[in-house]
Amino acid sequence: MSWILAAPLVLPFLTAVLSFLWRHSPAGRRISVAGNVALLVAAGALLAAVLDEGVVAGQMGGWAAPFGITLVADYLGAAMAMITAITALATALYAMGDIDEHKAGLGFHALFNVLIGGVTGAFLTGDLFNLYVWFEVMLISSFGLLVLGASRAQIDGGIKYVTLNLISTILFLSGVGLLYGMTGTLNMADLARVVPALEDQGLVTTVAMLFMIAFGVKAAVFPLFFWLPASYHTPAYAVSAVFAGLLTKVGVYALIRVFTMIFTEDTGYTHTILLWVAGLTMITGVLGAAAQNDMRKILSFHIVSQIGYMVLGLALYTPLAVAGAVFYVVHHIIVKANLFLIAGIAERAAGSSDLARIGGLYKSAPLLGALFLVPAFSLAGFPPLSGFWAKYVLVAAALDVQGWLVAGVALLVGALTIYSMTKIWAEAFWKAHPDGVEPKLTRIGTAQRRWLLAPVIGLAALTMLIGLFPQPFIGFAETAAQQLLDPSDYIRTVLGADALPMPADLAEEAS
Amino acid sequence: MSDGPRGNGWVGILPILLSAAIFAGFLGALPRVSDGEPLRLAVDWVPSLGVTLSFLLDGLSLTFALLISGIGTLVFLYSNSYLAGHPQFARFVLFLFSFMLAMLGLVLSDNLIGVFVFWELTTITSYLLIGFGHETKKGRRSALQALLVTGAGGLAMLAGFILLGNAAGSFELSEILTDPEALKAHEHYTAILVLVLLGAFTKSAQVPFHFWLPNAMAAPTPVSAFLHSATMVKGGVYLLARLHPGMSGTDGWIWSLTIAGALTAVLASVLALRQTDLKQALAYTTLMALGTLTLLLGQSSAYAMTAFATFLVVHSLYKASLFLMVGCIDHETGTREAGILGGLARAMPVTAVAAALAGLSMAGLPPFIGYIGKELIYAGAIVAESSPVFVTAAALAANALMVAVAGVVALGPFWRKPGGKLPKTPHEAPWPMLAGPLLLALGGLAFGTFPWLIEESMIAPLVGGLLGDPDQTKHLHLWAGVNLPLFLSLATFALGFLLYALHRSLRAALARADAATPTLDDWWDRFLDGLKALAAWQTALLQSGVLRRYMAVMFLVVLVGLVATMVARGVRVPMPDLSDVTWMNVALVMLMIVGAVLATLTTSRITAMASLGVVGIGVAMIFIVFSAPDVAITQLMVETLIVVLVAVALLRLPKLDRASEDWRPLDALLAVGVGGAVSAVIFAVIATPVDRRLTDFFEVASYPEAHGRNIVNVILVDFRALDTFGEISVVIIAALSAYALLRARPSKGGDR
Repeated sequence: MSWILAAPLVLPFLTAVLSFLWRHSPAGRRISVAGNVALLVAAGALLAAVLDEGVVAGQMGGWAAPFGITLVADYLGAAMAMITAITALATALYAMGDIDEHKAGLGFHALFNVLIGGVTGAFLTGDLFNLYVWFEVMLISSFGLLVLGASRAQIDGGIKYVTLNLISTILFLSGVGLLYGMTGTLNMADLARVVPALEDQGLVTTVAMLFMIAFGVKAAVFPLFFWLPASYHTPAYAVSAVFAGLLTKVGVYALIRVFTMIFTEDTGYTHTILLWVAGLTMITGVLGAAAQNDMRKILSFHIVSQIGYMVLGLALYTPLAVAGAVFYVVHHIIVKANLFLIAGIAERAAGSSDLARIGGLYKSAPLLGALFLVPAFSLAGFPPLSGFWAKYVLVAAALDVQGWLVAGVALLVGALTIYSMTKIWAEAFWKAHPDGVEPKLTRIGTAQRRWLLAPVIGLAALTMLIGLFPQPFIGFAETAAQQLLDPSDYIRTVLGADALPMPADLAEEAS
Repeated sequence: MSDGPRGNGWVGILPILLSAAIFAGFLGALPRVSDGEPLRLAVDWVPSLGVTLSFLLDGLSLTFALLISGIGTLVFLYSNSYLAGHPQFARFVLFLFSFMLAMLGLVLSDNLIGVFVFWELTTITSYLLIGFGHETKKGRRSALQALLVTGAGGLAMLAGFILLGNAAGSFELSEILTDPEALKAHEHYTAILVLVLLGAFTKSAQVPFHFWLPNAMAAPTPVSAFLHSATMVKGGVYLLARLHPGMSGTDGWIWSLTIAGALTAVLASVLALRQTDLKQALAYTTLMALGTLTLLLGQSSAYAMTAFATFLVVHSLYKASLFLMVGCIDHETGTREAGILGGLARAMPVTAVAAALAGLSMAGLPPFIGYIGKELIYAGAIVAESSPVFVTAAALAANALMVAVAGVVALGPFWRKPGGKLPKTPHEAPWPMLAGPLLLALGGLAFGTFPWLIEESMIAPLVGGLLGDPDQTKHLHLWAGVNLPLFLSLATFALGFLLYALHRSLRAALARADAATPTLDDWWDRFLDGLKALAAWQTALLQSGVLRRYMAVMFLVVLVGLVATMVARGVRVPMPDLSDVTWMNVALVMLMIVGAVLATLTTSRITAMASLGVVGIGVAMIFIVFSAPDVAITQLMVETLIVVLVAVALLRLPKLDRASEDWRPLDALLAVGVGGAVSAVIFAVIATPVDRRLTDFFEVASYPEAHGRNIVNVILVDFRALDTFGEISVVIIAALSAYALLRARPSKGGDR
């Protein structure tokens, strides 16, 4: 079982090394694509194994948990690895047309694939310190990607990005240290057993706050999201897309992971905070978007707003709500990455990402218009696209527990999201181009255009597929939520059926 | 332009044939449904959420479906000539056909979530249709307004649907409506009612959400005809009718529908008279009709329900006909201004006949179906549950104004003297554009003369759906004897003719009054501006662009998060045991504090760097004190390297500018606070018992199993090798990034 877990982790690093060696030739980018195809296959195999067995775990180096490092995939982990592979492949394809030789020569493909490796590692590790390591891998490789090209705007955004994220990393590390001091273990399955049985739960909650803040920064929630709108509009579009799709979701994933499996004894406190955070994140994010006039800045603020929905699912903490959060994460990654990819094509065709300076795309590039409408309306929550089901499940979950206010906020933010998406539509697509030019897609070279459009079409098709046939995905998310809320399967798979006493026995011993 | 139905090739023909086939299909189902045998079709969609694609063809949905597909066929026929050769014709047809299908899905769906899905699909497709003239600012504004108003209402409705489904235990309408008493007694009934009405009222443009509908006239005329006669705006009315059996009869239902409906009907008919643009005038009469239908649905009497069913058909027929007719005029003369148009009867005789027939039905004159509809409205009004006087007065005012508007729109352009020179020389429109208005207008005449044509087949099943018993349907006749409705009708005509005679001076007065009063449409712009201002204000406040503020906020969150939690959860922070603290420890810590403080105070970058080096070396010394020399050596080497390397880089940079930074004392306070809070947490954690499972294992297993004597090294390269792998990648990637930064060709103005 180890290899099926290790493969999605090893492949990106292998791809990174090879594409770095061939960075000055076209082979480098092709290696990147091939490597990500392989990653998709590996993630698919892992997903199949998880669908078959429920939870799959492997002990790295053969050291039994909790002494070594465990890789583990439950429904959530496997789904995240899969969606990472999909996003990575889409971006690698897009990069064929988006990344010039100069950036490739500076090592774009190596940085990109290490980033993918870090993200996959974060989703598959069963060890809290190891998670920290993958966070660092992600942070440094994303910083490299962010400043690749070294324009003034990029450096400015990059400095804010790296500073604020370093603070988050330090908080995370402090939290890990403190938790280790209290439990003597770093294995998440072990922590899931031991932490709820600790005597001083007040202290546990205090330490949990460190995790909440650290992951909150990563997830870009209110009031910790500053780094995101400061930096996401500056790098190459392929980079923006993969960031938009994946990075914040690692933070959300980590929040979901620890606040469903480990810190569960004081949800009246922790999850109430999360609920307020969710509401404020939704509102401030969507208002931030309403204030922007640049495609990428609008989309960036919308990431923040949408993160609020995912945190809402976690905060409500019912099976339906957590399933909603899981579904939302998957839907959002596809849609958000795609919107950035489309914005990149729009800029190439129309000449800018500033809405005041472009227009006319609907008339002369109707294909792009159709491709934009799918993720844009999905993000805005229109049926029958994936975003509708995501929003519907969360609103229904909120109403189920009489969360009138937060359900109202979720719906209101949905309306404001419509406003932002139609702003892009009206300005970039409907309005005539202010310079009178006809922004045709054929202004982009044929081969390049194909590389840019192929992933966009693929992701849009996926959005439609999820929207039209949601049952398998929602069913999957429901199982994922069950596994999170009752991690006994996870714990048993990682630690073995009778490795150590279960929490109830521990509690007895303590008393 | 007018080159017949073949102008757009198969793209134009196909939707005509398809919608005609759909219409024929529904017509074929008519006998069965009117015999009281509804058709059902259900497919699981999202079983785990209780969402099915279930469709129900009963009297109510069939009437709507026939109107939608029938008028749809004529509209497609008409559009094919009206927009012949338009470069975006294919998209237009695609949107319009999708819209029609969505509308059909909406009226046929038996699942609440299904209703919502199709409801939103009509919203999206109508957005694309209203914005068909997308290069004009007005077109874009109107489309956005329609989308946001109906979209926001739709979201409220979704919440209402979820509550309704939860209250009834099912999302299937046919199950929800089986137990109205339980529903009305449910604790969430009022919330459900308010939320669902928000959806229905925004969609059906009831006051105060009426303002988007006249603006939606930005769409091409066939779209207006379709949206306003049979579809879109009727979606809300449909929903009210569908929920009528389950939710009507409460005070909340009766009064909200009565008041909104009456206000809408009267206000709209006054505003209709004020318009000079024929299409705008018709748009307001649509509002009047929607208001009347809502008003009727507020009641529950058999008269009101029969009136609802009849007037629904009446309005669809004459409204579609008149819109298409105005489109013909616009198309052939180049204007829609009532003041200019006149004397067209000679040049456009067929159009004139169609307009006259539709206009007479609209005015409610016998022997048109409009007359029967009006009689029934009065019959329903005088037995209204809310207030017969109020409802009757509203209906009388609205109907009288309709008589006048019908004269202005349907007769004026053809028989009056022209008021100015026409932009184009008028001639008759091609037959595909005449077929629609003429057929629909003739329908109004036929159904009025022979009411039995629709009474048993359409009206009775519809009323049966509303009241549960088709036999309660009141008869449709032209002559119902001498009764109060008859007198009211006569009063309507008298008042209507008077208003028509005076309509020019009335219009001028209304225009003056209208210009003086702020409209909701103006408020809409203010609302959006306010929203933008709020967004800009909030974003400037939060996203200030100043890194120091961002950091301050983050640390403040840490401080508050830790302290508040410790207080709220009563975490005891034990005084650490100081007995084995030596002078050496104290000196080291003091050294580090001095280094840290110095680093923040100095204006020299080199000094700052060196001070941080002092802190780092202090950490290394602590490792030595606690007998971890290998770690200490690593730390020392790292610190030395960093100080040297960074110092080299810093030599080229100017001095730090501390003067520009205010708030330094606050920063210091924050720093001390965060440090103190973290220390407190550490003290508390240290006081808890240590679990040495891992350490014990590493001590035991390092040599015999992992073959290494240095436990730290074994941990790094074997037990936790994956961490080391990750950290090595970090170092390499850091080097790569630095290399990339140094090698990059910096561009001047950002990346664009």
